Amino acid sequence: MKRLKSLCLLFISMLKIGLFTFGGGYAMINLLEHEFVGKRKWLNNDEFADLVTIAESTPGPIAINCSTYIGYKTEKLLGAIVATIAMCIPSFSIIFVISLFFNAFLENSYVAAAFKGIQACVIFLIFCAGLKMAKKLKKTVYAWVIFIATFVCMILLALFAVNFSSIFYILISGILGLLIYTIGYISNNRKKSHSDNESNSGEEK
Amino acid sequence: MIYLELFLAFLKIGVVSFGGGYGMISLIRETVLSYGWLSEEQLLNFIAVSESTPGPIAVNMATFVGSSQAGILGSFVATLGIVLPSFIIILIVAMVAQNLLKYAGVKATLGGIRPAIIGLIFATFVTMFLSSIFGIKTIDSSFTFDWKGLIIFCLMGVINFIHWKIRKKSISPIILIVIAAVLGVLLYGL
Repeated sequence: MKRLKSLCLLFISMLKIGLFTFGGGYAMINLLEHEFVGKRKWLNNDEFADLVTIAESTPGPIAINCSTYIGYKTEKLLGAIVATIAMCIPSFSIIFVISLFFNAFLENSYVAAAFKGIQACVIFLIFCAGLKMAKKLKKTVYAWVIFIATFVCMILLALFAVNFSSIFYILISGILGLLIYTIGYISNNRKKSHSDNESNSGEEK
Repeated sequence: MIYLELFLAFLKIGVVSFGGGYGMISLIRETVLSYGWLSEEQLLNFIAVSESTPGPIAVNMATFVGSSQAGILGSFVATLGIVLPSFIIILIVAMVAQNLLKYAGVKATLGGIRPAIIGLIFATFVTMFLSSIFGIKTIDSSFTFDWKGLIIFCLMGVINFIHWKIRKKSISPIILIVIAAVLGVLLYGL
């Protein structure tokens, strides 16, 4: 009975957050914190900080990552399912209803004109999203090289109509990141063992 | 079969996309353009609607694309596709690999990906800009110039900058979209 109650609360909280947050995952993080750390006290501050790190560094929509994780932390598998479904219901129903009327709506010439203006705005919003992410990035040499290589390659390949999925850029850069770390790690260890050996032989003398 | 195609396409996007809604934009764009599901203009319209309605942008996009191709069942399978990878990966992390993200190797891999994602977003921005404002999709395309689009784009930048100077924070995307809609009616509609 107590479990049912907390599942219901979870469902309603997620539904509410899914219904009232605009602008996707990052906007949602504040609301989630308010609801689950401040109001319900289901998570403490450290757990919430972990949650944000996990949601940002795993693939997929950030809001879904958050709701699955919070659901699991409170009511295990069933909680995860309930929370994730609740988060999707508002999006799904609102967009589905809009999609039914969208084309008819666009037939109005003023609406079509408005959307021509909006298209230019969306391109600007994508630029802003890129800027916002770039600001948070640690500007190492590696980051610059990968950024410029991806940027230039993708534009050139698009202009020459060569098919090369974004997935490859993601995979290659991930492997490179790991490789550089591994090489650094091994060479550090070697240096360390080398200097250890030297100090040992020094003691023997 | 369209349902399976929708499901698998969004499943793939859900597995490899990092950084939330706009981090997925390059993959979503490639997918919908290569399947012929949407044109560039339709994609931009869909992004605008997804941005100005509540909920995660990626889920909104999946529902919208699914519905436009195959009705309610289409939107259901597309949404399922984008949600399922997240759900499974987070469950694994929460159940057995609580400390997975604290391993240096995992951190190095994720850190390696991040600049590429940003590169993808900026490259998508440039290709969309070239194709909508100048009509350049590939080097063979003929040049057309949509100066009204360019004006609206520049005004967005100016408004954003002024707002940031006065209020010290970025303007809400929804307000920008509304302003752009008014400008669109004034420039294209009259």
